[in-house]
Amino acid sequence: MTLLVVQALNGVQLGLLLFLIAAGLTLVFGVMDFINLAHGVQYMLGAYLGVAFAGLTGSFWLGLLLASVVAGVTGIALERLVFRHLYGRSHLDQVLATFGVILTLNEAVRVLWGTAPLQMPMPDALSGSFQLMEGLRYPVYRVALIVAGLLVAVGLAWAVNCTRAGMLIRAGASNAAMVSALGVDIGRLFTLVFGIGAMLAGFAGVMAAPLVSVEPSMGDNLLILAFVVIVIGGVGAIRGAFVAALMVGLVDTLGRTMVTDAFKAALGASAAARVGPAVASMLIYLVMAAVLAIRPAGLFPAARDA
Amino acid sequence: MNRLVPLLAFAALAAVPFIPFGREGGYVLLLVSRVMVFALAAISLDLLLGGGGMVSFGHAAYLAIGAYAVAILDANDVSEAWAVLAAALGAAALFAAGTGAVALRTRGVNFIMITLAFAQMVYFAAGSLAAYGGDDGYSLIARTELFGWPVLKGRGFYATAFVLLLAGYLLCRMLVASRFGRVLRAIRQNRQRVQAMGFNPFTVQLTAMVIAGMLCAVAGVLLANLSEFASPAYATWQRSGDLLIMVILGGAGSLHGALLGAAFVVLLEEALGRLTEHWRLIFGPLLVLSVLYFRGGLAGIGAKRD
Amino acid sequence: MFGKLLGALALAAATVASAQAQPVKVGVVTTLSGPAATLGQQLRDGFALGIEKLGGKLGGMPVDATVLDDELKPDVAVTKVRGLLESGKADIVVGPIFSNILQAIFKPVTESGAILISPNAGPSTYAGRACAKNFFVTSYQNDQPHAVSGQYAQDSGYKRLFLLAPNYQAGRDALAGVKSKFKGEIVGEEYVPLTQMDFQSEIAKIAAAKPDAVYAFMPGGLGIALVKQYRQAGLANIPFLSAFTVDESTLPAQGDAAIGFYSGASWAPNMDNAANKTFVAAFEAKYGYVPGSYAAYAYDTAMLLDAAVKKAGGVADKAKLAAAIETADFASTRGAFKFGVNHYPVQDFYLVQVVKRADGKYQTETRKKVFTADIDPYAAQCKMN
Repeated sequence: MTLLVVQALNGVQLGLLLFLIAAGLTLVFGVMDFINLAHGVQYMLGAYLGVAFAGLTGSFWLGLLLASVVAGVTGIALERLVFRHLYGRSHLDQVLATFGVILTLNEAVRVLWGTAPLQMPMPDALSGSFQLMEGLRYPVYRVALIVAGLLVAVGLAWAVNCTRAGMLIRAGASNAAMVSALGVDIGRLFTLVFGIGAMLAGFAGVMAAPLVSVEPSMGDNLLILAFVVIVIGGVGAIRGAFVAALMVGLVDTLGRTMVTDAFKAALGASAAARVGPAVASMLIYLVMAAVLAIRPAGLFPAARDA
Repeated sequence: MNRLVPLLAFAALAAVPFIPFGREGGYVLLLVSRVMVFALAAISLDLLLGGGGMVSFGHAAYLAIGAYAVAILDANDVSEAWAVLAAALGAAALFAAGTGAVALRTRGVNFIMITLAFAQMVYFAAGSLAAYGGDDGYSLIARTELFGWPVLKGRGFYATAFVLLLAGYLLCRMLVASRFGRVLRAIRQNRQRVQAMGFNPFTVQLTAMVIAGMLCAVAGVLLANLSEFASPAYATWQRSGDLLIMVILGGAGSLHGALLGAAFVVLLEEALGRLTEHWRLIFGPLLVLSVLYFRGGLAGIGAKRD
Repeated sequence: MFGKLLGALALAAATVASAQAQPVKVGVVTTLSGPAATLGQQLRDGFALGIEKLGGKLGGMPVDATVLDDELKPDVAVTKVRGLLESGKADIVVGPIFSNILQAIFKPVTESGAILISPNAGPSTYAGRACAKNFFVTSYQNDQPHAVSGQYAQDSGYKRLFLLAPNYQAGRDALAGVKSKFKGEIVGEEYVPLTQMDFQSEIAKIAAAKPDAVYAFMPGGLGIALVKQYRQAGLANIPFLSAFTVDESTLPAQGDAAIGFYSGASWAPNMDNAANKTFVAAFEAKYGYVPGSYAAYAYDTAMLLDAAVKKAGGVADKAKLAAAIETADFASTRGAFKFGVNHYPVQDFYLVQVVKRADGKYQTETRKKVFTADIDPYAAQCKMN
């Protein structure tokens, strides 16, 4: 029973990390109707910048701050140079262009930092741990990750629902032409949203860096997971992304815990060792397919009049 | 223009085996064979993409289905083309019908992601086929033969791939021009109207998915024979992405654009790879520039803008 | 990657190519794309260093080397390798890193008559009945490094072992290798997706199972994440046995988290012989990082080829060259080197442990010899003819 609770906690924590990445993606998608495949490399870029700045300044916190800012600025630069020319274009053009950005940035990181994975030490203040169950300690850092995920969720919800910019973002998401006609500088609004999205991805990259391997292409598989999250949640919905991220995190973590055991009862140990992990890998895709089969627009589709 | 370019392209493909390339001749034939295999896959994807506006991000699944039809029969000492084709086409049709029925409930990015989900399932399933090498893949004992005649060996492969590609292209062209194709395009523009006219959009779109899947499975059969190998790697989402890139770069909707796109991607990767290990630093920006400056893709260059 | 010369070789080869008639043509197949490129680079660097040490020659003949990037895609590897063979650019193919790529290129290379030498991947497929005259492995048979930990766990009197591997063929083979030597209780056997980055779920299971030791096969980024998280969860008091999880390719990213962790290997940078000392010192001076086994075995492969080409008097007669490789005498970084009947090495295996060196870098060091002159379990099925 304790184990199950611990696993649920792990699932929530993975879900919040996914939310950090998915939030920016769903914002950009919801407001600009723009498929940004490059969101994953922005996460990678954040991690690399974090390692670089933390190394230069000797402080994790300064690294986190600088990396998030630079990631956001890079996002704004990309938006100005490339992406803003593609807002009105078909999704296909956006896919092709952002794919080109993925190739370029992945390779640029290899050229600049080499192919060998890098190390990001934990900040001293958070490097402690406490007893979770017998023999298992839970790092304080992961608690910080959970708190950061929740703070971002609350902050975004407040910004989108209670501020003027948020109102414009919501209005832009449901009818960009109308907002523009009302005299709002929609271009500036889009740049702002894009910068926030890129900054969130970069922030997630730095936060994940002490836990995972900082290496080229580290964002590619995460991008797919983030898309799964926003599709389940309903494109453009922060609330949807939050619920779906927790759902994916829990399904993935608990699935890995229980699927093989379940198959063991049904098929015997050796067959279960073969089938179980394959099914556990498929699980989130099965969930997504099931959700979409029942609710083709996802759980919380954003209202859109187009 | 719409007739001249494909005519020239196929004439060039037909001429390649007769051009003396010296010592590298064998390699040129191999490369162009590879171009034709991926062109067939890309053309089948374009039938969905350009014809029906269905952006499938899981088309590589059919490459794997075709390849594993070859592998599984090969392991059972069957290498007769009719048996292989029947198995590949049958499996592809079943998979397309099953997954299409679910996927067609969704639109837009949700369709993209649900097709990806189904392809991921094929990828994980192929990796768990321990009898056929699991993740390591399966090395063919013999290439596919037609009535015991080695049609896929040496130059025979080139000729067979050429004939199949030409046939696939003409078939798609016919389909697009037919009433079926017109209805398919009409669904994309105005679903209600098509419905009002007495057609069932779902049936039409599902038929298109089945046909495209079967054609791509043929490409999978060819790919397995070309590399004498079947691997789960054929079904990765990166591979599906490559196919999408070929179609979009070539110009979605023109069919011969898919052929140009496949040739461009395969040959440019090769040429840039000879220049530098970091060829993606050149290839990535090229993709971005092509989106910004060549609307309508390669097939659109020189064609009249509408 | 076609036609691209090894940087180190370009000069040496060009200057001597005109002096002598037929160069030795070598194709190097390795992974230079994606995260796995860090291993592929070690292979390339190790081989290039070997050739450089030999003055750009193999057996006194100039070398014409072509490096191919297999992109970790089997069909890409086959196309490039077949192109190399068909344009007559390879007497010898060296590579690759991964077993699935080897499976894909094995038939085209061996059937063309060229010699294929794998400095890393050593799948069971070609160690037994499907062994081939012109195929050699200079690393190990894939099961062996895993069996080391199984044997060590058995010898140490551990009763309960927890096993972890990625969910793919090599992962299942690895755990089978451990279980072949360990007779105690397996209290957990977990297979995780290759793309996993968070191991909290498995770590909680380990803590709940309270094993005497953990065995993990988690190559590349997986191992980096696992080792960091294992240490952070306070489990490091449970002995951590492994293979390809804490090695010189991952240690720079794992840092202090990996100190004291164990691995099974047939080579380590601290091995005390002249050839190895020369190799490690030259490698670190030239490339600025601590070499791993990927580099060491590739370097050995260059030395092996040098001795064999000398003995065979050239590469024109492939049967003679293969025979010369079988018995070639060269200074290996592992001390003595010998092939078994199936052309896989017969060698000693060690338990190695991660240490932090005085200069702040990390490496593995031999702790205990676990197997002496070990022959892989498939060799008996090989009838070379």
